[in-house]
Amino acid sequence: MNLSHFSAALLFALFTSVVFGITQRSVAREQIRYGLYCFAMFIGGVFVAGWAMWLLRR
Amino acid sequence: MANSSIAKKNAAAPEISTISIVAPALGWLIPGAGHLIQKRWIRGGLLLISIGAMFVLGLMMNGRVYKPNGGDILDILGFVGDLGAGGLYIFARAMELGGGPAARATADYGKVFIIVAGLLNFISVADAYHIAIGKKP
Repeated sequence: MNLSHFSAALLFALFTSVVFGITQRSVAREQIRYGLYCFAMFIGGVFVAGWAMWLLRR
Repeated sequence: MANSSIAKKNAAAPEISTISIVAPALGWLIPGAGHLIQKRWIRGGLLLISIGAMFVLGLMMNGRVYKPNGGDILDILGFVGDLGAGGLYIFARAMELGGGPAARATADYGKVFIIVAGLLNFISVADAYHIAIGKKP
């Protein structure tokens, strides 16, 4: 299996966010919200790190 | 004074029951099973799918499965992380999966997927225990 860096990061963010959401909050609604928050933070982090590396490379 | 503090300590201590031992043990062996046995069907199913998929994807990316070792500290920590996946780790070792050379860049991602699947299962096991002792609904 040959995933791109981005698709690997996307899958990593998805599965990790699901587990974080379930384990770190008690109520279903809070679990969904926290899972989405973690997913957004992971993906946001990927873009921020990507742009930071692009700037450093210039 | 001393008696009241001991009484408070005892009141705060969780009660040890069969389920509080079985649920984490089963949850370690099969990701999500600790929740399923306590009838948390959706949570257990999602944990099983998420942790299982991460571990399998890691293997499909030719990720390394660490063996018990006493060498480099990162190798030891890698083994501890992998061990968290419980039954999945035992199965991978029994089938001699994840032992090939890291010929591609994705093999490095695969190694991380496998380790993180194990670490997430540790969190899942702790959660199953908290449900069993009534600390979490």
